[in-house]
Amino acid sequence: MERYEANREARTVILDRLRTALDDRPKPPPVRRAYRRERPAGLDVVGRFAERVADYEATVLRVYDAQDLLSAASDLLREAGVSRLAVPTGSRLAWLTRLGVELVVDSPPLDNDALGEIDAVATGCALAIAETGTIVLDTGPDQGRRALTLLPDYHLCVVRADQVVGTVPEAVARLNPRRPQTWISGPSATSDIELERVEGVHGPRTLHVLLTG
Amino acid sequence: MRLALFITCFNDTLFPETGKSVVRVLRRLGHEVEFPYDQVCCGQMHFNSGYREDAVPLVRSFVDAFEGYDAVVVPSGSCTAMVREYHAVVARQAGGTLPAGVARVAPKVYEFSEFLVDVLGVTDVGAYFPHSVAYHPTCHSLRLLRVGDRPTRLLRAVRGLTLVDLPRADECCGFGGTFAVKNVDTSVAMGGDKVSAALESGAQVLCAGDNSCLTHIGGLISRQHAGIRVLHLADILACTEALPDLQPYGPGLDIASGFAAEQTPAPEVTR
Amino acid sequence: MTTSVRREPTFVGMPPFPEAAHAELANDVQRANLRAATHTIRAKRDAVVAEVPDWELLRRAGEAIKDDVLAGLPGYLERLEVAVRAAGGVVHWARDAAEANTIVVAIARAKGVDEVVKVKSMATEEIELNNALARAGIHAWETDLAQLIVQLGEDLPSHILVPAIHRNRAEIREIFVREMGRFGRPAPERLSDEPGALAAAARRHLREKFLRAKVAVSGGNFAIADTGTVCVVESEGNGRMCLTLPETLITVLGVEKLLPTWSDLEVFLQLLPRSATGERMNPYTSMWTGVTPGDGPQEFHLILLDNGRSDVLADPVGRQALRCIRCSACLNVCPVYERTGGHAYGSVYPGPIGAILTPQLRGIAAHRVDAQTASLPFASSLCGACFDACPVRIDIPEVLVHLRAQLVDGERGPRDRAEEVGMKAVRWAFEKPWRIGFAQHVAGVGGRFARHGVIGRVPLPKRFTGPVSAWFADRDAPAPPAESFRSWYKRTDGGQEE
Repeated sequence: MERYEANREARTVILDRLRTALDDRPKPPPVRRAYRRERPAGLDVVGRFAERVADYEATVLRVYDAQDLLSAASDLLREAGVSRLAVPTGSRLAWLTRLGVELVVDSPPLDNDALGEIDAVATGCALAIAETGTIVLDTGPDQGRRALTLLPDYHLCVVRADQVVGTVPEAVARLNPRRPQTWISGPSATSDIELERVEGVHGPRTLHVLLTG
Repeated sequence: MRLALFITCFNDTLFPETGKSVVRVLRRLGHEVEFPYDQVCCGQMHFNSGYREDAVPLVRSFVDAFEGYDAVVVPSGSCTAMVREYHAVVARQAGGTLPAGVARVAPKVYEFSEFLVDVLGVTDVGAYFPHSVAYHPTCHSLRLLRVGDRPTRLLRAVRGLTLVDLPRADECCGFGGTFAVKNVDTSVAMGGDKVSAALESGAQVLCAGDNSCLTHIGGLISRQHAGIRVLHLADILACTEALPDLQPYGPGLDIASGFAAEQTPAPEVTR
Repeated sequence: MTTSVRREPTFVGMPPFPEAAHAELANDVQRANLRAATHTIRAKRDAVVAEVPDWELLRRAGEAIKDDVLAGLPGYLERLEVAVRAAGGVVHWARDAAEANTIVVAIARAKGVDEVVKVKSMATEEIELNNALARAGIHAWETDLAQLIVQLGEDLPSHILVPAIHRNRAEIREIFVREMGRFGRPAPERLSDEPGALAAAARRHLREKFLRAKVAVSGGNFAIADTGTVCVVESEGNGRMCLTLPETLITVLGVEKLLPTWSDLEVFLQLLPRSATGERMNPYTSMWTGVTPGDGPQEFHLILLDNGRSDVLADPVGRQALRCIRCSACLNVCPVYERTGGHAYGSVYPGPIGAILTPQLRGIAAHRVDAQTASLPFASSLCGACFDACPVRIDIPEVLVHLRAQLVDGERGPRDRAEEVGMKAVRWAFEKPWRIGFAQHVAGVGGRFARHGVIGRVPLPKRFTGPVSAWFADRDAPAPPAESFRSWYKRTDGGQEE
């Protein structure tokens, strides 16, 4: 806090300048929130979500029962060549052990180097947005801390159908700003070279989504 | 309806034929247009170049010249936009009675295609023009006036005319008033691309609602002997079977195309 | 690894826009890159905007929210400060670039580091933070791919979102092969110029820096006054690395970047990605509120930067530029930017938004500005494509014309006597209709000397003729007709008597 106090003078000066700049007392127009806040009536949000995630070159598999889930996860992990899988603490993802991969629980917290050496991570999510194909993580149950889904090169995310909302406003309304959030829309990507999109830079280069229920 | 023509200083001085075309088209549709002699300039060049104070007397004289008319027709998108969008800004700064005057006059000012389609409710003006034409939507008619498809609806109704698509039509030609000389290299680079698009379209004639933009594009075409002519919308709509394509003056000064301008004014034929 | 800390080039000393543009227009590689890139991004943006039926309502809401922020900025900043401190963050205030840089350097020194990792940030570009850190012996590693290309190439950014948009894949490959080894892990031997391979080389080069860095510096796209939440929108994951792995995070934020409430994000997280990269949503958006025990940086510093923004706010017309959310849509649709590229603007803020923001940040409302700054408001044909694309409805042409009036009427720019005389003469001629008639008559007589009604090349030295020779360098013009419209109308009673 000392450093903050040291800037007391700058603070006063800036706030004074801004108040003086507003001497004309501008009256902004009222904010009209006439835009859509809810999903369009009749929209199959889960179907739309699957479609939009796939547009980002992420793989989406829809499963309807526990048996499906197991075989789908098994296929995805085998295809990605995953042998060690990081999972958050208190995870309800323990069923993944049945797939024959080694589970590494983030407890005590893995250091960055150790985490970087693990091929893959599996998590749940806070919610998902159909219209934009976005998964939101907020470090809640089954998600773990932020670094967990960042350093491994492969991210398997399990999304329950009842977690999918229609629009961005619906998502914002359900989220708690006090929790750190990561909104994920497809794998890490860049268009910095001739605006040609390349999937996979620093974040996980592969994103697989299992959509259950 | 008391109808006035605001010819614009640019057309008055350099493109009188476009003004004659407007008179001719309106007369063909049964409307006589008056020309208030006190009119001069909308003040756009001064306003857009930062000489805002010098625009004040021009705005004032515009209001004085056109007060009392039911409608004012203008063969220029950018001059119309200046009047409708920015005269109020100049007037606000000047104060006095000018804001009220602008508020009375400016809403009655119409760009030529707007006037034909919206006020007169006409798209077929009885024109004949047996050439292929590409339409370039000039920026101020496109984005300030939002004239939309009015010009192309008018062109489609012209007998004999083949309307072809202009690639990248909504890109600015690079004229931009004093931009054309202050940033001459960029202006020419933009104009060169517009000429390429016109060539790509395969049209014989590039048409627009602003002779200022057409002077720039036409000036490049002429220098490059590119073999396309540029013509104002009014000059195309004025053509009929009896009077096909006789503009002695046009901004399209393409010598190679065989429409070289004459030195003396050609006999004006109306009706 | 020992490397000297390298200073980076700056825009200081750039010539006025027309001169700079003259050189840039001849850069064929850049022209081709920009033509392809801007046309690609325009098509992508158009497609994702078209699928949002309420886009105009979102734009209006975005405009209104930002105007509300600006109108109540002091109060919102105080709220933000309270919220960030309550969440365990430290808030600093910086009047100008030097003050902001001093704060960053002091924090880095206090942590005993000789390097920081950086998320691409316009605010830190604006204050030339990297050079301030270099002077203090601290490496600033740019981690955004395009920014890395610019930094390794000892180059200047030319676009807000894609700073290396002027470079093509072959050039980028050469820069990586030549420079990466000097600052860390070298590029692989036989690196190809495929974008995928180049991105992979950047991944490998930067990973060790991410894992080792103790301090990160970022900007911020939005900060929520109510909650103290800061939001960073990105694509590659370099942002997540910087915002998550180091122990200390320093965020430099322009004071105008606020949103009042958490729910306002519902507007901006729709407007920004679609306007910026033409995606429904960018790959990664990170949001954090102060410090979270056991997750991410345990020390968070927020630096609130003025650096001319209060001057911009003081101008009732110009202040709308502070609504800008740095999406670059105006650059991508601008026909001038497409041809000149960003360097011609001589500022970290290129394109249409730069043409209105840079002169204002440099104090045009308060005092005379240099010739380069004064040239920026004229670097536009006023075509208006920027306003249509702007997600917060900044009327850029309106501000451009407003700034031109400040330069001329307000005498804030260098005077152009010849132009002033010309403008006064035209005004004089336009004041009385007989005067314009007389001028037209003189011109008409002159026009008779033209061949085929065309005035072609005018063989006069440029210094002698100014705008006249500028016009005729590449363009012909119609010779003035012998009879003006008004003369014809008078002579023939509007064509009745012919």
